[in-house]
Amino acid sequence: MLPTALELQIVTPERLLVREEVHELQVPGRDGYMGILPGHAPLLSELQMGELSYRKGNHWSYLTVFWGFVEVLPHRVIVLAETGERGEEIDVERAQAARQRAEERLKRIGDPEVDLARAQVALQRALIRLQVAAKAGGPGALAPGRLPEEPTHVP
Amino acid sequence: MPTLIDFRRRIRSVKNTQKITRAMKLVSAAKLRRAQERVFSARPYAGQMLEVLRSLARRAEVRRHPLLAVRPEEKVLLLLLSGDKGLCGPFNTNVIRLAERFLEARRNGFEPQLITIGKKGRDFFRRRRQALAAEHINLFVRAVEYRQAKEIASQVIDLYTRQETDAVYLIYNEFKSILAQRLITEKLLPIEGILPTRVEGGAAVPGKEAYERPPTQPAAPVGEAPTGEVDYIYEQPPAELFDRLLPRHVEVQVYRALLESAAAEQAARMTAMDAATGNAEEMIERLTLEMNKARQAQITRELIEIVSGAAAL
Repeated sequence: MLPTALELQIVTPERLLVREEVHELQVPGRDGYMGILPGHAPLLSELQMGELSYRKGNHWSYLTVFWGFVEVLPHRVIVLAETGERGEEIDVERAQAARQRAEERLKRIGDPEVDLARAQVALQRALIRLQVAAKAGGPGALAPGRLPEEPTHVP
Repeated sequence: MPTLIDFRRRIRSVKNTQKITRAMKLVSAAKLRRAQERVFSARPYAGQMLEVLRSLARRAEVRRHPLLAVRPEEKVLLLLLSGDKGLCGPFNTNVIRLAERFLEARRNGFEPQLITIGKKGRDFFRRRRQALAAEHINLFVRAVEYRQAKEIASQVIDLYTRQETDAVYLIYNEFKSILAQRLITEKLLPIEGILPTRVEGGAAVPGKEAYERPPTQPAAPVGEAPTGEVDYIYEQPPAELFDRLLPRHVEVQVYRALLESAAAEQAARMTAMDAATGNAEEMIERLTLEMNKARQAQITRELIEIVSGAAAL
């Protein structure tokens, strides 16, 4: 019989982020988002940065994860993220500032002082944070009118 | 014979010292609590990392990875974790002495290399004119960050893969309980059976029972039902995954050691400062007693002078 729930553990080197029974989750795998349901075949993948969401009953929760690994077994999922945070914990103002900084840097293409790859990563991070914060709807989340555009996920 | 004023001065000076030691004790108690929390919250990751590595090693053909390559141990590299500051009892001395013995034992035609973390270790070996492959200081001024462990780990991995060293060892103080630190010598590279081997480097300092915390477990994998040896679906070649996972594993080991050492240092400082405060208290009591004796002697002498003066009249 297939299991009906997944034991989800999300850990970063600094702390344990989530340890919960969940019914469904989506992770940013190396080659794109993956949806995982209980009873999934064993899978091991690298993660890229993105939004991780999981459903418990009817309630969805959102997190950011930045790089790491995910191991999926039929009854449990371990996410080893390099960094990550729960949507409610995101400092929206800081993410906004980071986004502006990165965008300004990206405008100065050709400037030898600008590390293009780094600025792009920074922008990506900020956008993911904002998006997750908005979805999590925690304190300080964006007003609906100011939703950031969908971030494009790095190839 | 010291006069009353001398006693008063000494008591005041001891009291001032006591104020400082008491403040330091309180500060390190607060820091210890945070450091301890960090040790505990870093454990799940290390445990799960091992779990995933073992799981992968069981299922996939673990190819010969440079970080698993065992070579005859000729050129040894030692990573020494000491503190940046003193006034923490035998914390630094112990770990440095152990490192010294380790280096002495490994002098086999090849000079062992040394990387120091913390000012105390660096200063000691600099005075000894020992060459340092690298040094890292001021890691413990604020909370240890993962990125610092990453930097150290990549340095070590680089030396190892370039075959400039054949084995890497870690020496550090493990946070055992508030009153006991344990010296640990641990092999970092080559990664052995995806589990570092542990050699007990020194006897634990016995602590009072009442203060003893439950013994800290070495990041044990979470008890799991056997998962069945089905192969994974891979999003990428397993070898590539292994390439990514193993260096991460080394980083985590370094990070954990850093956190342990940071917590152990605060615990050692707290204990040392507590003892110092107690000693100061004792000294104040003794001095007060002597001062009172001296005062009484003086009063008696004055009385005798008055009485004998009156009798002479």
